[in-house]
Amino acid sequence: MEKVKQKDLILYSGLIILGLAAPYLFSAFKVQLTYLCVLIVLAMTWNLQGGEMGYNTFGNILFYGLGMYLTASVQVGMFFSLAEWTESGGEKTFVHTTAQYFQGIGVGLLVSAIVPAVIAGAIGYAILGLRGHYFAICTLGLGIAAGEIAGGIEIIGAGQGFTTPPFPAEIVDTEARGKFFYFLSFALLVGTFIFVKYIYGSRFRLILNAIRDNEDKAEAMGIQTMKYKIVGWMCSAFFCGLAGGIMGGLIGYIDSTDVAFDGREMGVFMVLMAILGGKGTLWGPVIGATLFHFFKEGLWTLILGWQYVALGVLIVVIVVYFPEGLMGWLREKYPERFGEVIDEKDRKAQVELK
Amino acid sequence: MDFLIFKAPMLMVQASLDGILLGILFALIAYGMALQWGVMNIINIAQGDLVILGGYIAYTIYLWGIHPAWGVIISPIIMFFVGWGLYKLVINKVVDRDLFISILATFGIAIVFQQLMNFIFGADVVVAQSEYGTTMLFDNSVTLPNSKIFSAFISVLYAVALVIYMKKSRLGRAIRATAQNARAAKILGVDTEKVYAATFGINAALCGIAGALISITLTLHPYVGLPYTVRSFMIVIVAGLGNLPAVAVSGMGLGLFEEFADYILGTEFRIGAVFLLLVLILVYRRFKLSKKREYLK
Repeated sequence: MEKVKQKDLILYSGLIILGLAAPYLFSAFKVQLTYLCVLIVLAMTWNLQGGEMGYNTFGNILFYGLGMYLTASVQVGMFFSLAEWTESGGEKTFVHTTAQYFQGIGVGLLVSAIVPAVIAGAIGYAILGLRGHYFAICTLGLGIAAGEIAGGIEIIGAGQGFTTPPFPAEIVDTEARGKFFYFLSFALLVGTFIFVKYIYGSRFRLILNAIRDNEDKAEAMGIQTMKYKIVGWMCSAFFCGLAGGIMGGLIGYIDSTDVAFDGREMGVFMVLMAILGGKGTLWGPVIGATLFHFFKEGLWTLILGWQYVALGVLIVVIVVYFPEGLMGWLREKYPERFGEVIDEKDRKAQVELK
Repeated sequence: MDFLIFKAPMLMVQASLDGILLGILFALIAYGMALQWGVMNIINIAQGDLVILGGYIAYTIYLWGIHPAWGVIISPIIMFFVGWGLYKLVINKVVDRDLFISILATFGIAIVFQQLMNFIFGADVVVAQSEYGTTMLFDNSVTLPNSKIFSAFISVLYAVALVIYMKKSRLGRAIRATAQNARAAKILGVDTEKVYAATFGINAALCGIAGALISITLTLHPYVGLPYTVRSFMIVIVAGLGNLPAVAVSGMGLGLFEEFADYILGTEFRIGAVFLLLVLILVYRRFKLSKKREYLK
């Protein structure tokens, strides 16, 4: 990797310090900050698919929900009988000790990262052979089918939902739970960012872009496109699974269609955030997710009851009038900042041609 | 096997008849989808929500004391203008853009529709009583609600009427010309903008008919639109664009599949089975085409 420039170093260390200090500075908003971290992770991983590879997926919610169920199931199943737990609705007869809780969530997160990635690899060959809107609709179907099927499986709570283990009561500090999940999600965010940044500097990204721009030509140039598509999807699944696992622990209750495989909310949010910020840029999804989160939290309470109407209108407006996103708009306005050199003569010639 | 349906052959007959009658209804919705997809190159995720809205219109007139069957005439008229307005408001801006844009934009419309219907009509499951009674067959072992037979009959009637209209009328010919080559049609004096608006309106009207029929045969709920979209999408990709007999056949096939899945897997997996079938069909087509080094376009 090239040497990190001094300006970037200041920016990144500033952001990390801000991130570490945030739960102390904005103590009342720890849950919101955790949400923000998870949203940014989801937007960034969606961007790997939709922005870089050109495969607009609605299906990343599948991995998010899987991660959520897997973390909770492993956390419970390591120490108790899973069937009895869901039967009793997570009643207080089963209590995790502090050590059990953290061991459980640790192993659970590990599983929830690996299993979705493996599943993405397994179904990738079949699904990623579809192109364009067929892929979009197919993944939409996958996400909803997963939700409907999870809602029928008894051992993970079926329609009643699944209560995740409560935070150990032995820890007296009332702030501990919020801080724990915040730092967990922040660590995930930093990890994802470093990974995506690494990808942005690598040959892998160029291959993904080649697939987006013209898959047939990329194949003709000798790139094994299928291999790279699957690897790209597996990377997304890995981080989506982790994000889901953390969210499951934070929310404390998993419902099949409203929390885990929530295509109507999370599944759309991740697409929207990436498009709002600008597809195919490193910072776009980060900015988009942040803006969207502020907008959502600020407005949701003001327009209570109408939030989904606002969401729908927002989708239409962004998609129809703003498809390039914020970064795309900035790029058009200040191309020099993005390292694009514009030949004035050429531009004039083009204007005359028009 | 231990399934009830294999023990009682009459249940098989019941499921088949139910499935076929239901499938005809699905085919009507799919016909609308094929129409707009073929003409405007748009995949309308809000299709199912237009259906449900049409159903609520029929339900409203039922609440006013008019027989809900009149909904099959009133609902399409209202829905035509809803579709027309929707086109003028949003769809005309996404017609010649990337298909993903149209998917996302109509997804947004779907969310708005769901929520507005939730406000206006409430979140309860409702059904309009047609009081048509039931027909008993085979020594009372097979029960068919007459409303289902009525709905299949009306669906066929409207589908045939539309086919004739598309073949004979001026607008129908303009629509077909635009579907073949929009640019050429424009040069030859077809007002394509108007054709698009009319196409979307006709699609919405078809949804309105289907919705009115659903309101008397099945149930209505603001959030059940998406499965109808997926069903019609599925039927269209199996049948191909513009192949009406195939649309009818694959619609009935889907209806059969659903009824049997309902009996074998259980009702809680019914919608899940529909969505899984979509994935399986797409994957099957992908492997079939990849043998010839082609892909779905």
